[in-house]
Amino acid sequence: MKTKRSMVLVSNDPHSIANGADEVFNRFTKELKSFNLHKEISLSKVFDINSTDISPFVIVYPEAVIYGPLKPDDVHHLVEEHLFKGRIVSEMQAPKKELSGTISWVSARKGTLPAEQRIVLERAGIIDPDSIEDYIINDGYLALGKVLTEMKSDEVISLLKESNLRGRGGAGFPTGVKWGFVAGTKSDKKYVICNADESEPGTFKDRLILEGDPHSIIEAMIIAGYAVGANEGYIYIRGEYTLAQTRLLNAINQAKEMGFLGEDIFNSGHKFDLHIHIGAGAYICGEETALIESIEGKRGEPRSRPPYPTTNGLWNKPTLINNVETLANIAPIIRNGAEWFKSFGTPSSAGTKVYTILGNVNATGAIEVPMGITLREVIAIYAKGMKNNAVLKLAQTGGSSGSIIPANLQDVPMDYDSYTNAGVTMGSGALLICSEETCVVDLAKVLLNFFRFESCGKCNPCRIGNQRAFQILTRISEGLGSIKDLDNLQDISKWLYETSNCGLGQTAGSPLKDILNYFRAEVEAHIIQKECPAGVCPMSGKSPTFN
Amino acid sequence: MIEKMKNDLDFIKTANKAVDMYHGKKDELIPILMKINQEIGFIPKEAMEEISSRMHIPQSQIISVASFYHMFFTKQTGRHVIKFCKSAPCHVAGSREVFNALTNKLELEPGETSSDGKWTLTTTSCLGVCSVGPVMMVDEDIYGNITPNQIPDILAKYE
Repeated sequence: MKTKRSMVLVSNDPHSIANGADEVFNRFTKELKSFNLHKEISLSKVFDINSTDISPFVIVYPEAVIYGPLKPDDVHHLVEEHLFKGRIVSEMQAPKKELSGTISWVSARKGTLPAEQRIVLERAGIIDPDSIEDYIINDGYLALGKVLTEMKSDEVISLLKESNLRGRGGAGFPTGVKWGFVAGTKSDKKYVICNADESEPGTFKDRLILEGDPHSIIEAMIIAGYAVGANEGYIYIRGEYTLAQTRLLNAINQAKEMGFLGEDIFNSGHKFDLHIHIGAGAYICGEETALIESIEGKRGEPRSRPPYPTTNGLWNKPTLINNVETLANIAPIIRNGAEWFKSFGTPSSAGTKVYTILGNVNATGAIEVPMGITLREVIAIYAKGMKNNAVLKLAQTGGSSGSIIPANLQDVPMDYDSYTNAGVTMGSGALLICSEETCVVDLAKVLLNFFRFESCGKCNPCRIGNQRAFQILTRISEGLGSIKDLDNLQDISKWLYETSNCGLGQTAGSPLKDILNYFRAEVEAHIIQKECPAGVCPMSGKSPTFN
Repeated sequence: MIEKMKNDLDFIKTANKAVDMYHGKKDELIPILMKINQEIGFIPKEAMEEISSRMHIPQSQIISVASFYHMFFTKQTGRHVIKFCKSAPCHVAGSREVFNALTNKLELEPGETSSDGKWTLTTTSCLGVCSVGPVMMVDEDIYGNITPNQIPDILAKYE
């Protein structure tokens, strides 16, 4: 297949159609042919973008220029100028440079991709992570100074609530509200914990922050301590992240020497001590109550909730637990204000998100972009397209506990509410992009094998359910499945969700649910025709056919 | 026999050193086990007995913790430990073929140690370097973007 040099997307939501989108699309087909460009430029329709004020509109990649609202008669000029001659037609560009949600295109900083907006990774890769001086020169500890000298603790919490910052660990709980819970619980002792046990497969955003800018986490934890009334903190970091551990230890020592940690910080009377706890290899310890058990020196088995850690956490004291990426947003919000933060992203999900791009694409790696970007945009702009011009089949978002998303949902803006409305989860920000060479049964088998391996074994649904689901999937992949297995998988998925004790078990069934929802025919083909359409599964138990 | 006794004494000495390092605090059990695991390569029964009597923690509890975490070994491992990532991102990037090449070359199944005591093969969940999958770790070294053909060369680096 020949490489296409450009991609043209024409909006096709009901509003666009009412405004003549179909005619615009037809004109594009005609004009591309008449300029003999139809072989080098792909044309497709886009759904689910809520930009009614500029519809019908057209996005041209790789430049990512948006034209709209367009009339059919505009198309000839547009094709001739932009696609044939290569000049952007600025007078036809959409008035607001709106892509999806409220993404605005920012001028690219050196070393970043177009539209990247760096907040949590603003210093990563630019400063020397082993130098506190570098951090301070780049606005480091400025927010801490401001908080300790100018702000009351409840003002910090109000500011966070106003900023709409939501937890970046996966669940998306409003951070300010969580801080408020801990601040509002009376106790002689409270703790702040940074959850750096990043083990969700495909996710390495926290590692980039910890390795590239360790002081940003320390600063945020001292601020958190002040806001909620805690004077001791733990960073629980996974055992495999040895470089991040070394850099954090070094950063903590530097912060102690400079007086940012310890007694009477900035002469404010605020005291804060920070410890590192190194994990010993257990995915489940990313679950907050399992993490607490692990710090206490026990097996990392989740507790029953409620009570929540905000009231009964580490050593049974009120405890604030935040993810690394969440904490990395704190100092920028304090320095620049809630309005600034809300200017990025969508109304329901303010700020940016770090995504890790993986799978069958041309460029893998990490990006930090405003919330609300779509999967199609990520693939076209940042992943530089699918490898070997393959067709997107599905994306697995948020690591193993996320969702399997079929290609027809690739235009849903990636923010908490849009994803929830579409019945999928965004999770940790991992985007595993899969071509049609991926078999859903095989993928689900790998995911369930993971959960089977990582289940802590405390509660039955998770310990037994994952094992059983894995066995059934293995059977199907060998061509030995029966149609009843589909119901069994559906039931296991439901029971896992409804009866497991913690988030691991509750989400373990989602790959099952998703493949039955979106790819049922493919699973059935393994059972009825005894064929793996993608040609991946061994089908070794396949009985010989006689005809 | 003499060799074995020497080992046992070493194990106990290592355990004591680790307990002292963390002042025998009960909540530091995991770092203590980590230290022993690093020094010896696994956590021997003798070391667990010593921790139990020094720290007044039942042996059952120590075993339950030591066997829970994937980075701890409770059995003697080979001189080199291979951790092969079996998570979905590496799988999509083609880890199955690499893993088959590895198991064929070593003639080991996950969890096994070779009879000459050189290799222990384990599988692991995500190592956090997914953008260069398939990934495996040999001792402390990480190898990314590995292909089946590279396996013999990688293994040849270790004595």
